[in-house]
Amino acid sequence: MSVFIDRATRLVVQGITGRDGSFHAKQMLEYGTNVVAGVTPGKGGQKFEGKVPVFDTVAEAAAETGANASVIYVPARFAADAIYEAADAGIKLVVCISEGVPVLDMTRVMPYLRERNARLIGPNCPGAISPGRCKVGIIPGPICREGKVGVVSRSGTLTYEIIHQLTRAGMGQSTCIGIGGDPIIGTNFIDCLAAFEADPDTEAIVMIGEIGGTDEQQAAEYAAAHVGKPIVGFIAGQTAPPGRRMGHAGAIISGASGTAAEKIAAFERAGIGVMKRPADVVPLLKERRVTA
Amino acid sequence: MNLHEYQARAVLKAAGIPVPDGDVAATPAEVEAIARRLGGRVVVKAQVHAGGRGKAGGVKLAADPAEARKHAEKILGMTIKGLTVQKVLVVPAADIASESYAGVILDRASQRPVMMVSPAGGVDIEEVAAQTPDKIMKLPVDPRYGLLPHQAMRLGFFLYRDLAQVRAAATVLQQLYAAFVTVGASLVEINPLITTPAGQVVALDAKISVDDNELERRPHVAALRDVSAEDPAEVKARDAGLSFIKLEGSVGCCVNGAGLAMATMDLVKYYGGEPANFLDIGGSSNPDKVVTALEIITSDRHVKAILFNIFGGITRCDDVANGIVTATGRTGLKVPIVIRLTGTNEDLAVSILQRAGFSALTDMDEAVKRAVELAGRAA
Repeated sequence: MSVFIDRATRLVVQGITGRDGSFHAKQMLEYGTNVVAGVTPGKGGQKFEGKVPVFDTVAEAAAETGANASVIYVPARFAADAIYEAADAGIKLVVCISEGVPVLDMTRVMPYLRERNARLIGPNCPGAISPGRCKVGIIPGPICREGKVGVVSRSGTLTYEIIHQLTRAGMGQSTCIGIGGDPIIGTNFIDCLAAFEADPDTEAIVMIGEIGGTDEQQAAEYAAAHVGKPIVGFIAGQTAPPGRRMGHAGAIISGASGTAAEKIAAFERAGIGVMKRPADVVPLLKERRVTA
Repeated sequence: MNLHEYQARAVLKAAGIPVPDGDVAATPAEVEAIARRLGGRVVVKAQVHAGGRGKAGGVKLAADPAEARKHAEKILGMTIKGLTVQKVLVVPAADIASESYAGVILDRASQRPVMMVSPAGGVDIEEVAAQTPDKIMKLPVDPRYGLLPHQAMRLGFFLYRDLAQVRAAATVLQQLYAAFVTVGASLVEINPLITTPAGQVVALDAKISVDDNELERRPHVAALRDVSAEDPAEVKARDAGLSFIKLEGSVGCCVNGAGLAMATMDLVKYYGGEPANFLDIGGSSNPDKVVTALEIITSDRHVKAILFNIFGGITRCDDVANGIVTATGRTGLKVPIVIRLTGTNEDLAVSILQRAGFSALTDMDEAVKRAVELAGRAA
């Protein structure tokens, strides 16, 4: 098993004919993801790679193919509407890769999704991968390996780095989820911890956070009360100056709040193993008797 | 992106909020003329993107136009938190009966805009929040409906007793929320929101931060950017699509991805070095970006070693390798460089680098250790 995505995922790619969308749709197909449809307004009737039907709207794509998940690769200014469109078509899992979505748009998107019982992962995220079963987004397939460690992260390439360390040590992953680096995101650490805790095939959890906000602190409190599986965590940005946005829109220390020190202290209080550097992930998991 | 106070005042004024008269100036002579027009007794305020302007001597009360000119001579050109003052705002000295705070922030936890008011204005609101949190009222706004009239009234009653002032404040708060949405802000603040002895409610100071992601669809807001108030290297980086922040150390870092860039800086520190910068070349694989990145890093004379840390996913390692070869061929390198590449097209990258006389590592820790060592040796 895995969380959020698996072999039953029937994926529609929004923006499938665009530069990023077509590149990653191909990669997802090669990985074995069940890509059932693509959407680009005005390109309905075409076939992508000679096999995936392209539709003008998500509603048509869902009706014709039974798509139950969507991934969005459209430019930021169209991203909010693409999310609304997926939700209106009855899609229950929407993964938004697009970076640069205005935060005010997200404040309107979130209640809309809640009313329709749809989950959003992202925006500004690399998506998710359940190794050997399904990949939705842009996480490189070859660095992953099937296994029992659940990975959740606010970052992209830093996540790859840590997945790479795990795979090299023979520790496979159940699902890796990049939740995104923006201030307002659809799926947070707590959602992922709850899903991993409930997943019988996940034995341990790796949490990769960064400066800004209080998501990690809240997740640590949640973990102490509700998660029995071992967790190790990393916080990026220990050397980041306050008041500066470190690449990710959400990675900013405002006033005295959102520092790495504060998050690491919350991890320690919750009994989460604190990684001082990415290479600590394997030894810390081994200390917790996690083997594969 | 932060607006200057004089720009923020203009935004509030356009939204209908009462703002005192005043004008911005770049020379002492202009300041004197504005002071004269405003009736003599004025406040001269440095326009820089830094808090604590008053404490730094950047805000001065003048009794007459001549004194305003003298203040301007001192304030213009002074440095506050590393930023040179190029403009001052001149406003009439206000008679203040009470000082409050009013603001709107994008709140991550509630995922909504949150209105905040406090009768304890004129001081740092974070201090109020820490010491007397009961003096702050917060109200999350449903962005689909905006700030409703009764909500604005409730906030008004938290600030004032006098019904006319409560109504005036409620109007200001609705205008403030509208301004927040109009410019695509992540924060707008009036601190202080004053009452005058005559009972009027007036915005005396204004602060606005705009969500950078809003700028593309709001060119009139993007046009307010004052590049002269920013670090030139950071401006150059932004124009090239890079994310760059200058720091004080000696190890220049060039990384793909913000999280990995932060983790690389942290690892430099872990191994006893100090990062010279944060630099994220982003997810695309454009050799030109790498060239610009190297130009920016090498223009910092404190940099004693350069460290590349690339985890190829969408970014292709061979593109980065080509960028490194092009940039070093064009500008020459005076400091040692350590390159770590792994992931997409790693083998291709290694052979490109080897042909140009560079070696590449695949382990992040090893690369960081070596860069720290080289920077230490050069110091």
